[in-house]
Amino acid sequence: MPLSTQSQADDEPYVLVASLDNARNLSNILKSITFKDHAIFSATPNGLKVTVEDSKCMQANAFIQADIFQEFTIKEDLVGFQVNLTVLLDCLNIFGGSTVQGVSTALRMCYRGYGYPLTLFLEEGGVVTVCKINTQEPEEPVDFDFCSNNVTNKVILLSESLKEAFSELDMTSEVLQITMSPSQPYFRLSTFGNSGNAHYDYPKDSEMMELFRCTTTQTNRYKMSLLKPSTKALALSCKVSVRTDSRGFLSLQYLVRNDDGQICFVEYYCCPDEEVEEE
Amino acid sequence: MKFRGKIIDVACLNHFTRVVTTISKLTKICVLRLTPDNLFFVLSGKVANGGVSMWCELSQANFFDEYQMEGVSSEDNEICLEVTPENLSRALKTVQNAKAVKLKLTKKHCPCLTIAAELPTLSSISRVVTHDVPVDVIPRRLWHEFKEPSMPDFDVSIYLPPLKTMKNVVDRMKNLSNFLVMEANLNGEMNLKIETDLVSVTTHFKDLGNPPWGDDASQDGGPSQSRDPEDMAQARVDIRKLQQFLMGQQVNPSKAMCNIVHERVVHLILLHEDVSLQYFIPAVA
Repeated sequence: MPLSTQSQADDEPYVLVASLDNARNLSNILKSITFKDHAIFSATPNGLKVTVEDSKCMQANAFIQADIFQEFTIKEDLVGFQVNLTVLLDCLNIFGGSTVQGVSTALRMCYRGYGYPLTLFLEEGGVVTVCKINTQEPEEPVDFDFCSNNVTNKVILLSESLKEAFSELDMTSEVLQITMSPSQPYFRLSTFGNSGNAHYDYPKDSEMMELFRCTTTQTNRYKMSLLKPSTKALALSCKVSVRTDSRGFLSLQYLVRNDDGQICFVEYYCCPDEEVEEE
Repeated sequence: MKFRGKIIDVACLNHFTRVVTTISKLTKICVLRLTPDNLFFVLSGKVANGGVSMWCELSQANFFDEYQMEGVSSEDNEICLEVTPENLSRALKTVQNAKAVKLKLTKKHCPCLTIAAELPTLSSISRVVTHDVPVDVIPRRLWHEFKEPSMPDFDVSIYLPPLKTMKNVVDRMKNLSNFLVMEANLNGEMNLKIETDLVSVTTHFKDLGNPPWGDDASQDGGPSQSRDPEDMAQARVDIRKLQQFLMGQQVNPSKAMCNIVHERVVHLILLHEDVSLQYFIPAVA
């Protein structure tokens, strides 16, 4: 990597250094979870997890494994900090976020530890930009306590099919209702808006349905405003898994391929809307 | 006062239109000075436009096939008009297909710059298009406000990096801060810096080269001090002014330079084959 600052950086006591030849492999996935200003970064030897929360009822996580990075060096078991995500994205895209083939921004992200800013070295076409973004003490992310043992219903769909439905969803509906059942209608999305009630049904043997594992009939409603940001992750993904647990909590997991075809995951958790006591 | 010009060459018409469009992106209103040899678009630095001033010079012979003017008097053989360049640009854009475009100073309900052209149609009869762009005549006593600016006593003169790269970076920096520091030295290095409570961003440009007109443009011919090439001259400017300048550039100039008077003014110069554009952005505290 042609960053002249690299040799200086090696001498500094950075607890985390992550490098990418193509900054878009980070910025694209972060864009898909940018619906609040602040994000919690947790880095472990496995890679980077970025968390954004909304009113303790919804949480989005982006996972970028260590092997996606050209360099990923971490000196502690867990490095955590909080940054302004909008500012971070402006910095990652400082050269304009060009989508021209063969032109990419190289990134080296460094963190010295508690109290220090997050330092980004970005390079494109021989021009170097250095950004220092102030960090805060990371808040404790909500533990949605969503574990595989409690999963009652699970489907995996090709994103193509959901993209259509989500683009047509009646946004005047306050909630999105998701019905999952081992029998008809199998998998149904419903809205109740000004245009009336609308239902999108996905039969279990549909081509779009890669996996169908529903054990009980469940209907849950989720606030539309909480789920709306997930359409960004949906747009980026090729597959999505939809799971609910016995409490009606929703987990959406998106499989995203980056510019180099490598796989990353984005996950959304959402609490059911408590007004409805339906079964 | 009389003015009459005709543009026949389609490339000249395109180029002229692009220049006027560029000006329209830089300022809402400016002064058009017509002399026997040149056209000037001038914006004089006033508090109302944030102290920014502009001087754009075109050699009439490079654009017009016919050009006749009679100024206010034989001594002051010039015409000064206040124009809204966007109106001119819009009018010119509609006549790009014409075989010939005529510009004329006229008096309709008020003084106007009239743009007239014959446009081809599918039938053999052509369509005549006329635009009357209202202008204000500027009285002679105010002409001193629109003189050519003198080259400032700059501390550093440097060639600009590719304008597109500058624009991309400045566009993003504008999201982060209202002010930007431009600094440059005689080693061909330029930095664009922003700093706020949340973030600091510095973009480093290298190997830009410095124009050969010396490191000290001392007008009074005093001893030119040799300046440490590493020494940066800087100016803090309103980022929107710089962004506005970069947004307007439609054509890659043959030369793009910047003179910095330390903590006073940033002087940007763009040279095309037949047009020169100077833009002054004052430094803020």
